[in-house]
Amino acid sequence: MNKPATVDVALAREFGLTAEEYGRVLAIMGRTPTLTELGVFSVMWSEHCSYKSSRKWLRNLPTTAPWVIHGPGENAGVVDIGQGYAAIFKMESHNHPSFIEPYQGAATGVGGILRDVFTMGARPVANLNALRFGSPENPVTRRIIDGVVRGIGGYGNCVGVPTVGGEINFHPAYDGNPLVNAMTVGIARTDKIFLSAAAGVGNPVVYVGSRTGRDGIHGATMSSAEFDEDALSKRPTVQVGDPFIEKLLIEACLELMATDAIVAIQDMGAAGLTSSSVEMAGKGGVGIDLDLDAVPQREPGMTAYEMMLSESQERMLMVLRPDRTDVARRIFEKWELDFAIIGHLTETGHIVVRHNGQVEADIPLAPLADQAPIYDRPSTPPVPPAPLEPVHAPLSLDAMLIQLVASPDLCSRSWVWNQYDSTVGGQTVRRPGAADAAIVRVDETDIALAVTTDCTPRYCQADPKTGGAQAVAEAWRNITATGARPLAVTDNLNFANPEKPEIMGQFIAAIEGMAEACTVLDFPVVSGNVSLYNETRNPDGSTTAILPTPAIGGLGVLENAAQAIGLGMQDGKDVVLVGATQGALGQSIWLREILGREDGPPPQVDLAAERRNGDFVRTEILSGAITACHDLADGGILVGIAEMVMAGDVGCELDSPDSGIRPEAFWFGEDQARYLACVEDGAALCARAAAAGVPARIIARSGGRDLILPSGVTISIARLKNAHETFFPALMDAR
Amino acid sequence: MKAAIVVFPGTNRERDMALALKRVTGVAPRMIWHHETDLTGLDLVVLPGGFSYGDYLRCGAMAAHSPVMGAVRAFAAKGGHILGVCNGFQILTESGLLPGALLRNAALRFLSQDCYLRVENAQTPFTRRWAKGDVFRTPLAHGDGNYTADPATLERLEGEGRVAFRYASAAGQVQADDVDSNPNGSLNSIAGVLSENNRICGMMPHPEDLVDPLMGGEDGLPLFEGLVEAVVR
Repeated sequence: MNKPATVDVALAREFGLTAEEYGRVLAIMGRTPTLTELGVFSVMWSEHCSYKSSRKWLRNLPTTAPWVIHGPGENAGVVDIGQGYAAIFKMESHNHPSFIEPYQGAATGVGGILRDVFTMGARPVANLNALRFGSPENPVTRRIIDGVVRGIGGYGNCVGVPTVGGEINFHPAYDGNPLVNAMTVGIARTDKIFLSAAAGVGNPVVYVGSRTGRDGIHGATMSSAEFDEDALSKRPTVQVGDPFIEKLLIEACLELMATDAIVAIQDMGAAGLTSSSVEMAGKGGVGIDLDLDAVPQREPGMTAYEMMLSESQERMLMVLRPDRTDVARRIFEKWELDFAIIGHLTETGHIVVRHNGQVEADIPLAPLADQAPIYDRPSTPPVPPAPLEPVHAPLSLDAMLIQLVASPDLCSRSWVWNQYDSTVGGQTVRRPGAADAAIVRVDETDIALAVTTDCTPRYCQADPKTGGAQAVAEAWRNITATGARPLAVTDNLNFANPEKPEIMGQFIAAIEGMAEACTVLDFPVVSGNVSLYNETRNPDGSTTAILPTPAIGGLGVLENAAQAIGLGMQDGKDVVLVGATQGALGQSIWLREILGREDGPPPQVDLAAERRNGDFVRTEILSGAITACHDLADGGILVGIAEMVMAGDVGCELDSPDSGIRPEAFWFGEDQARYLACVEDGAALCARAAAAGVPARIIARSGGRDLILPSGVTISIARLKNAHETFFPALMDAR
Repeated sequence: MKAAIVVFPGTNRERDMALALKRVTGVAPRMIWHHETDLTGLDLVVLPGGFSYGDYLRCGAMAAHSPVMGAVRAFAAKGGHILGVCNGFQILTESGLLPGALLRNAALRFLSQDCYLRVENAQTPFTRRWAKGDVFRTPLAHGDGNYTADPATLERLEGEGRVAFRYASAAGQVQADDVDSNPNGSLNSIAGVLSENNRICGMMPHPEDLVDPLMGGEDGLPLFEGLVEAVVR
């Protein structure tokens, strides 16, 4: 970019701004902007940074509760978990980079979300992820899984934050557009939380961390457009991560945060130095002067435009108390990280960027924020799915069960988990697969956090509103099934091109469903991220959209970590089914895997029943009656039973359903608001459930080494496990 | 027992190790930054897990040349007790304090899972709480844990009883070519080795992550309890 480019509407369009948006830029500036200024406007007004298509609708989500300390608007959400501690958490997508360069895309996704959390003063204690890949038959899928899993592990393992949970789905709709959503949870004292609003005219603006290079320039803009066949030529816009530097940055920032030096702090994420400086000054209502000559640089000859737009990783921007800069400098020198005063706060209300003695940008901050476009894009409401015609089982119950537990969406994820360090930190109470949510103790307390990620995209595709509600309800249920009290969620809304009315309609409906569920379940949204344009243009001009995927990251708390329970079957117990079963097979895994069909409506989400059943189950766990519990989701009762059997290495004998429902619908239907619970005295639990208005019945008696069906057919644990554990190694390690 | 944990830039299991040491000594161990060189008054020095200096060269190779390792060598020469776990084991081999080397895992992937270790020599400060042949469970988490040594070294190690632990099945069966019981492909299923004087032990798995029933068990605790008994002066 050393040769001067002509700044005009054509260049603006190349930068992702519409002609109308460029008109606004001209009106704000009162002149033709410089190249650097155009770059600043284009990234700040990109979909990724401005939420211009989604903001109107995000306002409909509930964001408050007595335990919410900071909701959306900060770098991450903050909730009170008791004993003077707060959990700070957020989920964020790195979808586009992960398709282009899976390893670095996923790795830097982890790095970015870690920074969003520790920038607020929290020590990161758990990472999770939500991954969607294309069809396993697609040869590209294998390469993407390999890179994404190595990238998540490579980064998380090195920084020493345990990766404790996550979810994976496969669907051809993700062939050209995999989703990599990374979540970090951190812990801070409630009185030591750091915010991003700059304050104090004259205070120094300090840059710490890695040097700035030319990587990731315009990454935010790339994430705001659909893919075409040239996508892979965009590799230079993918950033490269260095988890070692991130680890040093975490330790140095936390050490500095123990002093009183920091006025405000923000990581340099998407749109790097531009968004961090603009947002910090904008939130604080002050101006900011930056001298780019002082910015630590990886290579000579970088222009102002390149430095302002670079997305080099592992960098933070801070406003410090002027009398504490030496304290801060010493800490960063100890950790051998760059530390540079690159500017100061002003009372001008402008961002002024100087480089080589020249003013390269001078933009009023208020209109840059206030006049950012917000679109009320046209939408068409989703068409309700037709009812499912009666269907019949083509195979025996045991054959169908084996096929289901071996299927890509239900099979064991241990091949993946076993590449993520899940125990570093020494606080992991329940590792991946041991409980419905991962359990991590808070150091020096008895408190534990329960964390999970959930979404069922095929439900969202069929009925976005129900799907949005179901994603929230399932996260709430997974936390409940460990005994924890659900507190709040972070969301990662992955959708296709919002300029298409049917996609906008999906988005609006999903938010409506989420909002209803969050309200009824007292489970507010405290942080989140929107990823749009997840759509691929095919060579023939058609486009492939992803399934609407509003991934939910849920967080709950247990006052006493020792009360957390797992999902493994325990010997000699009654197994009780809690919740009503109607046999909902529409959009079920059974329908897709056994009959090869994806149709019908998703199961209904009755939020009052969710609340009632879940509150009952949690009470019974905390009283010690329920000693193992598993929420029912994909695959229904029989898959849930099989999962408990495999996790606990204990068999069980099932009762005849005797329900008036066809067997395949009873055993594989995906009705919501249900749990399987191990108890000593099933009859007593059922009596207490009846008193609470909660449907419950004994469904099995545990023991032995086999799963025994009502017909008397037995399936050994070894046979189940063999089927369950084959898919990933066969797909990934085949030579 | 006065214990200390060496912290390099990139070390990440120092907290886990501190929890385990505090569990058996009742006091928080001293943390030693990589520039420090004063180890006086210590009974035990622990090199914990992590990615020292990023481990962008061979794992542990940079750390072996750090200022603190000069002091650790002197500490070893005076008969001090040293435990190196995971990256710490790699640093000990790179420093020449223990023989052999750790290669990439045979499957060329990072491994994070439980494994079983069989105690091969119970006459050491690190293993005295166990009997020879005892089997215990412990997590492992590494990309480069595939132990190797040249034939002469291996013969010496085996002959002198300097293999502390081997990877085994839950029932104690050792089979080097079985990926289930020897997950990283280590030569002779070796998971931990000892110095000539039995006072330096390096091992890949993480006994420090299994010292609390809440975290799934106390299988790793005997190692630390034994050390407290052995080094009490």
